[in-house]
Parts: sequence; structure tokens; C-alpha cells
Amino acid sequence: MPLLDVRDLKTSFKTDDGVVQAVDGISFTVEKGQTLAIVGESGCGKSVTCLSIMGLNPHQNTTTSGVAMFKDRDLLTLPQDEMRKVRGAEISMIFQDPMTSLNPVHTIGRQLIEAVQLHENVPKQAARRRALEMVKAVGIPRPDARLDDYPHQFSGGMRQRVMIAMSLINNPDLLIADEPTTALDVTTQAQILKLMNELQRDFGSAIILITHDLGVVAETADDVLVMYAAKAIEQGDYSDTFYRPRHPYTWGLLSSLPRLALGAELKPIPGSPPSLLRPPPGCRFHLRCPYAFDRCRTDVPPLVPAPDDPDHLDACHLDEQAKQRGAEEIVGRMKVGSP
Amino acid sequence: MADELLRVENLEKHFPITRGVIFQKEIGRVRAVDGVSFSVERGETLGVVGESGCGKSTMARCIMRLLDPTGGKVIFDGQDITTLKGSDLMKVRRELMMVFQDPYASLNVRKRVGSIIGEALEVHKIGTAKENKARVQELLDVVGLNPEHYNRFPHEFSGGQRQRIGVARALAIRPKLIVCDEPVSALDVSVQAQILNLLKQLQRDFDLTYVFIAHDLDVVRHISDNVAVMYLGKIVESAPGQSLYERPRHPYTGALLSAVPIPNPDVARARKPIVLEGDVPSPINPPSGCRFHPRCPRFQPGVCDVTEPELEAKDTGSRAACHFPLESWPMSDLRLPADQVAAGT
Repeated sequence: MPLLDVRDLKTSFKTDDGVVQAVDGISFTVEKGQTLAIVGESGCGKSVTCLSIMGLNPHQNTTTSGVAMFKDRDLLTLPQDEMRKVRGAEISMIFQDPMTSLNPVHTIGRQLIEAVQLHENVPKQAARRRALEMVKAVGIPRPDARLDDYPHQFSGGMRQRVMIAMSLINNPDLLIADEPTTALDVTTQAQILKLMNELQRDFGSAIILITHDLGVVAETADDVLVMYAAKAIEQGDYSDTFYRPRHPYTWGLLSSLPRLALGAELKPIPGSPPSLLRPPPGCRFHLRCPYAFDRCRTDVPPLVPAPDDPDHLDACHLDEQAKQRGAEEIVGRMKVGSP
Repeated sequence: MADELLRVENLEKHFPITRGVIFQKEIGRVRAVDGVSFSVERGETLGVVGESGCGKSTMARCIMRLLDPTGGKVIFDGQDITTLKGSDLMKVRRELMMVFQDPYASLNVRKRVGSIIGEALEVHKIGTAKENKARVQELLDVVGLNPEHYNRFPHEFSGGQRQRIGVARALAIRPKLIVCDEPVSALDVSVQAQILNLLKQLQRDFDLTYVFIAHDLDVVRHISDNVAVMYLGKIVESAPGQSLYERPRHPYTGALLSAVPIPNPDVARARKPIVLEGDVPSPINPPSGCRFHPRCPRFQPGVCDVTEPELEAKDTGSRAACHFPLESWPMSDLRLPADQVAAGT
């Protein structure tokens, strides 16, 4: 049984301009010790998907439906006080910006101790020892002294390590990382990704990694969910996504990477994503899709498995031959791009 | 030098750190840019890469004369512009433009797109109002926006479209040199590729010269003819585009290259990345000798922490500032081979 089983998740926001359907029927599972990457452009609903699972959307104007089974409980219908026990203990989250997600007026030691004591009735001394161990585990030098420092005394990469320490301190079963390395330099990014991999190995947590960087996906993910305009358009394991991509949007993402277009012209996806207030009819990608034909403009393509692989899903009207051809062209170029 | 447009000699920008209110005593200096030299030929793109805080943006601002350098020279089109003032500086400013990183913060939210793009024309008193309107509409068209959107406000555009507006603004007065400071790092990959293609096409059409600053090595590789790698206010390696990537000489360049995630899972998972330990040190008290030595896997005590290496030409056509440059590439371990350590070179 998977650790987290999300089925037909839908989230909409009521705004002054109308209803925004930010997540529209997403289903996925995450197994213990595995990493699921959710990929897509900004505004496609990747973050809202995770915030919905965590119950962190503003409740005044949000409507959420579907099921999110986590250890025999449906997170979406869990009462507030129950959910509060889950957050930070069984499921924790790392946010993109380590500057704004730490409290600037408390030392990191105090914030880490708070995270422990919130979920467990332990004396402060014991909690501090746990905090110290965790800070050591994420590789912050001189952990004993640094525990009494304030967030502004740390660099960006170190702050993100503090965030990781805080999110893992209660040994969660699931870690949701929302663009954890986007604000960091490549060398720091490499350090953080390596750290997350090691910690996953040691603690056996499952990870949901939200990112727009396909390089990061290639390095870390087991399964990949590609989202476009609130919908899942392709789902499969990492080798499906990179070596047998079936959706023109996935092709477009891959051909936008400068790494794969050495010396050649980049082939970006034209235009920009549609507004979720008034999404286009039919396939939501048809306005930007070079392969679109009449049916794409009227019929919504269902998310269906590939004929030879029941675990590789895509939502596109193109016929099997066209999908194979498109994938071959992209993968052919990727070989050129490898170092 | 066949046709050199920009030459930077030993450029320095130090920010003083002061204490006291009335008698401000200088107690230290942030050596943001500390002796940088390079030249860019007409029609060429120089890429500058480095981690945040290495002085890339300060250097860009010094070239633009948005900051006054504390030392060294900036020579633009044969003229020393380092100390120009008043109307002479204005004349030079007509030929230099800049594209900024954040397409949200770099456009005035209260102005219409037309006046944002046309502002430079007004400032430099080029053309009549009617001519300028036509010029702005032409520019909108050139960068792939609808000329009818002349009267819209920045908030009505997406991030990628805003960056196109930023590019149009830079093009308005037909500059010779455009300094792009992280122009695509705030954008999604698909949009990023659109802007990169646009910049390349404009370079061909208008014979532009770029100084292109970015932290994304793949992006810089795609667009640059020459690449300079900066670390803590200095250039540690500079080389013709491809050769820097195929045959890096400086260990820092090697570490940067191996830290870039490869969007190809089999390759990505097969390699063993070289992970640099620690953070970039403070530019207030840069390490002695080679500034990279505290993080360098090839560090040799007595040499690297004593003598500062010069940026010198290597046999591969690149220039690197390192006492023990990399012998080959790719390498899975940057450490110095044992025989070289013994020889004590």
C-alpha cells in the first residue's frame, strides 16, 4: 500500500474575477522511500497541489475535493486539530525561500526546539540535544555555537540546511519540498540535493519534490508528474519522462533546455500558459502546441496509459505513431547533449 | 585587437565600511570587484558566471557607470569613460544599455509600456513625440509583442513579456553594448528559451555586443562566445566558450561544471559529482594567496595560501589563475595526483 494515495484532487479559489480552478483532477501515489517530482511552469498548480494535501490553503475561499489517503486517513477531511498533529511530525514541508520561512527574531535553536516540543512532550534539554544532532546531520559547521545564532547570521545555503533540519527533526514519513534549491547557487544546490538524498537513505522518508528544473528531476526523482494549467498531462517513472516522453508539452520542456541544444537553436514552447480563470476549451495546451489539430480544440484529452506500459500516462489526442516519432526526435537530441 | 568595443583594465570597486556618525572612520572594505580585466570585441558576447556575491553585478554597474569604480579603467569604443562627467557621460550613455534580472521590479508600475520604452529617447532628446511613438511600436514588434499594447501597464503582462519590454527599452536608442544582468534567471525554462532566442536574433539583426551575466552555466554556454568565471571579485578563468566547458583548467570552474544538474537521468546518476564544501568567504577579508584555496580540493599549503596566482594563458587557449590547473577533463576527483604533490611544483 502506498504511503500517500491522492485521487482526483481538485482545488478551486473564489476570487473577485471568478472561480480559479487551480488543481483539476490530479491523482498520484508516493511510496515509502521514493521521490515523486512534480514539474511544470509557474502557475500550473504544483504548489497548490501540495498545499491542499497539507491543508494550508486559506479556507475562506478555497474548495477542495477528492481523496488524499495517508496511513489510513483522508487528509482532506481530517479535523483541524488532527491535521495539526500530522503537519511537522508525519508530513513536513520545505519552502523555496529560506529567508522568509524562518522566523527572524528567534534563534534557530529555539525554532528547532519548538518544532520538537510541539509534537512530543519532552524536556527542553532533550529537545535541544535532538536539535543539535539534527543540525550536525545537515552539515552545519560548529553546530553547538550556531544553535544560538539568528537566521540572518546564516548564508542562503546554510538557512536551507536549517529548514531541512527542522523539517526532518520529527522523522516525518513524507517530506514535501517546494522548489528547495531554486533560490540557491549551483554549488550550494549540489550540496543540498546530496544532503536530501543522504537523509532520505538514512531516514527512509518519501519526498515530493516540486520543481521546474528538469536537471534536478533527472538527478533525484523516481516518479515524475508533469502538470500544465492545473491538470496532469503526463505521469510515469523518470526514464519514461526523459527517454519516452509522450506529450508535446514534455517535449517542449525538454527542448527548451540549453544543455540539450548545444550549438543549435533552442526550440522553446511559444506563448505563455493560459489563465486559469478562463482556460481554453479542449486540450489546455492546444494554443501553444505545434501538433494541435481540430479535435484538440474541442475535446478534453483523457489521461490514459500508454499501450505498452500501464504506469506511463499521458493526456494527448495524437496517435501512437506521432507520439513515438516526437519522443525519438527529442531523445535523439538528448544524446548529443550529454557530456 | 581587431575591433575591440569594450576593454576593462584592472577594474576595482571597494565599498568602505564605516563606523561612527559624524567622523566616519573607515574600518574595512568590501572588495566587491578586485582587479578585473577583460575585453569584448564588437558583435561578440562575453558571458560572466559565478556564484551570488562574487561581484558580477557590481562589475556590470561599474561598466555602466551606475557605480563609480574605485580603481582601474573602463574603455568603451576607444574612449576612457571611467571618469567622464556631465554631457560627455550622457553621450556615452546613448551607446550603453542594460537589461535587469527581475522583470517585476525593473519596470515602473505606474507608467505605460510606451513611455517606459520611449523614456531613453526622451532623455536623450531623440526625435519628435510622433516619431518616437512609431519607434516604440516598431520596437514592440521587434521583441515579439503586439504594437497595440503601447498603452498598457506592466502588470498586464506576464514575466516573459515583461522581460521583452525590458529588452525593447534597452534597444530604443540603438546602443552598441547591452549589459544583461541575469536576464533570464527569473523566468520559466520555456520562456527563458524564448528570451535567449530573441537576444541572439537581435544580436544578429542589430550588430549588438553583449556582456551577459548569469549564474546558470548552461545558459551562458548557449549564448556566449567567450566566458569569464568570477570568484570573490576576481576572474579565475576566461576562455573561448566551448573550450571552457570541454576543458576547464581552474578547479573552481571544474567544480561549478560538475555541480550543474544534467537533464539526462542515466548520465546524471552515473557520475559522481564533485561537491564543494563550505560557502564563498566574505569579500571583506578575502583569503590570502589564491582566494579559492580554503575550498579547493587541490590546495597545497605553502603555495596556494601564500602566492596569488596570475591569470595566465594555458596551452588550451584559456587563461586560468591557478598554481595547479586541472590536467584533464572530465575528472571525478579534483585532487592533485600524488606524483605532483611529491614534486612540490
